Amino acid sequence: MTLANDILLEMQRRMLRIRYFDERASKMVKRGEIPGTVHTSIGQEAQVVGACMALSEIDYMTGNHRSHGHPIGKGAQLGPLMAELVGKATGVCGGKGGSMHLADFKVGSLGESGIVGSSIPIATGAALSSKILGTGRVSLAFFGDGAANQGCLYEAMNLASVWELPIVFLCENNHYALSTPAHTVTAGVIAERAAGFNMPGVRVEDGQSVLTVYDAVRAAVDRARANKGPSLVEVMTYRFNEHSEGLRLATDYRNAAEKESWLKRDPVKMFRSYLLDNGIADASILDQLEAEVLAEVEDAVQFAEDSPYPEPSVAFKDIYTESFGGTQ
Amino acid sequence: MTVTSYLGAIGAAQREAMEADERVIIIGEDVEANVYGTMGGGKSRADKGDFLQMFGSNRIRNTPISEEIMVGAAAGAAMTGLRPIVDLSYSTFLYMAMDQFINQVAKSRYMFGGQASLPVVFRSAMFYGLSTAAHHSDRPYPMFMNVPGLKIMVPASPTDAKGLLRTAIDMDDPVLSFEACLLWGMKEDIEDGEFRIPFGVARTVRQGTDVTIVAISSAVPQAVLAAQILETEGISAEIIDPRTLVPLDSLAILNSVARTGRLVIADPANRTCGAAAEISAIVSELAFDCLRAPIIRVTTPDTHIPFSPAIEKQLYPDSIKIAEAVRKVTSARIGAGAPARRN
Repeated sequence: MTLANDILLEMQRRMLRIRYFDERASKMVKRGEIPGTVHTSIGQEAQVVGACMALSEIDYMTGNHRSHGHPIGKGAQLGPLMAELVGKATGVCGGKGGSMHLADFKVGSLGESGIVGSSIPIATGAALSSKILGTGRVSLAFFGDGAANQGCLYEAMNLASVWELPIVFLCENNHYALSTPAHTVTAGVIAERAAGFNMPGVRVEDGQSVLTVYDAVRAAVDRARANKGPSLVEVMTYRFNEHSEGLRLATDYRNAAEKESWLKRDPVKMFRSYLLDNGIADASILDQLEAEVLAEVEDAVQFAEDSPYPEPSVAFKDIYTESFGGTQ
Repeated sequence: MTVTSYLGAIGAAQREAMEADERVIIIGEDVEANVYGTMGGGKSRADKGDFLQMFGSNRIRNTPISEEIMVGAAAGAAMTGLRPIVDLSYSTFLYMAMDQFINQVAKSRYMFGGQASLPVVFRSAMFYGLSTAAHHSDRPYPMFMNVPGLKIMVPASPTDAKGLLRTAIDMDDPVLSFEACLLWGMKEDIEDGEFRIPFGVARTVRQGTDVTIVAISSAVPQAVLAAQILETEGISAEIIDPRTLVPLDSLAILNSVARTGRLVIADPANRTCGAAAEISAIVSELAFDCLRAPIIRVTTPDTHIPFSPAIEKQLYPDSIKIAEAVRKVTSARIGAGAPARRN
């Protein structure tokens, strides 16, 4: 599919946002400026942005604990996301979700789930709303190779298929569930499981190419929007960092040669070269883009730092739509 | 007023809500065939037709036997503009969807800082007392009382079933409705047309002066029977049905206990950490000085439900056990030495 230059540059902008945001967050965890930990999408930017850009602004999306990339890819503002990671009142969830549970309903991000696979049914339900209310919105559920072995995925795929729901099941196969190699716990090819549910299933071997991912997901999104039902897209990718920042395991479960070969396929660098080689942008434009995004991330950090912490009473807010006296 | 059964009242609330708001849908196993009798327009299918005929297959949807996706998809649909009612048939089937109930339904509004609203109702029937054995007979509402974010209704009359369910459907919070099958056939005159009963407001089933009986679900009619027996013995029992356990009308219970000085709680759930345990704790903490005798809980013991009627029936709170408990707490007045009153 031929895309306009501004769309291509927007893809690079969003990949850079994820890269710089997560690099900054990683540093902040190590300095103790972010409580808990974070799971970065560094190395997986093409897979995230290629999928998100295939959606329209009104479409819905859910994700998982490796959560920052998804709302960024969907177009969320960085300030409230960073403030959430720091636990501030201006965070996108008011400081109650944190890194693993970002949600920005303004851009259709219905929430990331810290429970592996658990948000897939939510995206399926959003697709049901779209179908019954006739809104034309498509849902996309991000999940990893680990979640591909959760039962709820197959309950969701079956229901989505028999009800012809407008949803894309997007498996981000980064080859490891924490330290466990996917092939040791996963039978066959994940994408091929779609056949059992009478829906298309494709594996994108080059998940480091944002355009390849975009094309595959766009076909699935178009199919969903045309009321032809769900699809499964499995994207092969790799996370460059550890499962979570600060995690130190005694055994190195990923060998050096494997890591080296994937690092050579850095999606952000690859797409920069593509833009240059195809005359879509010259180096000065791309340098400027990088500087702009770096500044945007620094502004987000500043916004987070300048923001107040939530009041203690916030811990008791939004349990229900209206609070009622308990006996606490 | 029309004489209506408990099941008919549930059907009426669902029908009226679906007529009033096209965002209301019903999904669940066998809902299209109206297997349990709560998806019908009138007194019978021949009368006004069933919901499938009335509302069509877009809004009345049979699901696969997949509780996790039923619950999770309903949550996702509720977050994006629909107002689903999920018919989960048996309450023990809720366990299949525990992750969705606790991690998604209950937490999404809170964890996402109020961005999500979840107007969704999960109905299930508690089949205890009917020889369906351990996999169909649980009364699991106390487990869900321990999960902030869920509201819980336990209607014990046709009027309450209709009025509470309508409130639940109109509400923007997730509600679990636990309906006792022992009450399905109960009939009474109920108001015609739409009405709503607020959550968190207990019903005083019977006024009395000597003892407060807080009764839950099918224990309510048993408590009424017990009160009739006790009246012949000169004991005046007040019966309070909380109707909703979350929110719980603690004030109504405390006010009653302040007048009677004695409390018996009849709760068909298991004993440990049950609704009765919570109510007992609240009264002990906030109204200890009013108590003239220890609180007694009449509950199902901590056991699973056996199949044989010969050994099942003995397990639940019934009028005999409730009356015995009341005699115990009132024994100060009818014979034994008066317990020392504090203050």
